[in-house]
Amino acid sequence: MSNAFIAFQKNDDSRCIIEAILDDNPGAMVDDQPSMVKIDVPNRLVIKRETVEEKMGREFDLQELQLHLITISGHLDETDDEFTLSWNS
Amino acid sequence: MAIDLRTVSITPLRQTFGHLARRMGADKPASRYIEATMDLQPVENYHYRPTWEPQRDIFDETRTAITMKDWYALKDPRQYYYGAWTLARGKMQEIAEGDFDLVDDLGLAAAYPVAGKDQALKVFLPLRHVAWASNLNKAYVSSYGYGIAISQAACYASMDQLGVAQYVTRLGMAFDDLEAVATAKTAWLEGAEWQELRRYVEDLMVEKDWFEVLVAQDFALEGLLYPLIFERYNDKLNAVYGPVFSMLTRFQREWFGETTKWMDSILKVAAADNPANKAKLAEWIKHWRERAIVALRPVATLAFGADADAVMDEVVQNLNARAAKAGITL
Repeated sequence: MSNAFIAFQKNDDSRCIIEAILDDNPGAMVDDQPSMVKIDVPNRLVIKRETVEEKMGREFDLQELQLHLITISGHLDETDDEFTLSWNS
Repeated sequence: MAIDLRTVSITPLRQTFGHLARRMGADKPASRYIEATMDLQPVENYHYRPTWEPQRDIFDETRTAITMKDWYALKDPRQYYYGAWTLARGKMQEIAEGDFDLVDDLGLAAAYPVAGKDQALKVFLPLRHVAWASNLNKAYVSSYGYGIAISQAACYASMDQLGVAQYVTRLGMAFDDLEAVATAKTAWLEGAEWQELRRYVEDLMVEKDWFEVLVAQDFALEGLLYPLIFERYNDKLNAVYGPVFSMLTRFQREWFGETTKWMDSILKVAAADNPANKAKLAEWIKHWRERAIVALRPVATLAFGADADAVMDEVVQNLNARAAKAGITL
């Protein structure tokens, strides 16, 4: 089983996104680097708009996360409500 | 010469302040809102009691019947600290100003049908006095409330109501110059249909329990008034006279939508803290809801004529649903 992962630059916004990922993905592993955070989840990683909005306290467009994005791995499936990275196992 | 580049990772000794780390149970980065809110109010070593209320401390939990295990549980879901709030309101104001400018440039207010103007002004303009009372009542909540979480949000809401009062006034001036404002004041002071509403907000000015003032003003009264005017009455005017009224009341509509989230979350958290709170909140909501219905019925009649009762019932149902969602059984 491979890991789907995503890496962000560290800032106020991405911290909320990361908290949301940790809430929604029980198997998530955080790799905390200087000015970068990488999150690995076995097989499937999902970012939910609703959870991010709750963390940020404002409306959030999932496309905004591109502003803080460094890299991803996995097949990407994007809807208005969810940003999903996964491997076909 | 060969230069060997080496990466050195310097980890900060602390991620956040000690009191926040203890609160969160872990030393992890905290948001600006949390840093600008949690535990900011003094809780001990008060040297003097206030001369105006010597039986209590300057900051005293007993100024309300509501009790909380932790007053900082009353967090603002919008996460407004001063910076975030000013930015959000700045944005809203810019858009609202754009609408006023457009209406002005195209002469839309002047072109608004006279009958529509009359209807709009008669129902809408005296509300500038309600907004001002709301400013005062929310300022009371802010100054006597316990814990920065609730008092800072109440302070922002208080200032927002000054903004609302100004936008109401400007709509009046756009439709009918200063004359309209003077007429509205006379209606507020002497018009029979406004006296119950005036009594309601003025009674709140002398109410001592700050949490009760918050429930009565923000939840019971504004929870009925805003949907009544800025949704239902707005729809009615739009259907007949076009959308100019909507454009000039955009700020209020957006403000209410957003502030509702805060109010509902405060009720939910306070009610969940203990059963006595829940009972108290239910008692207050019932009491002030009934008074608000009495106060708003003449205004609704002014606005909707024969349909007033149906419209009132509908907004009351919605308010009850909000209370139920917050876990308060009425």
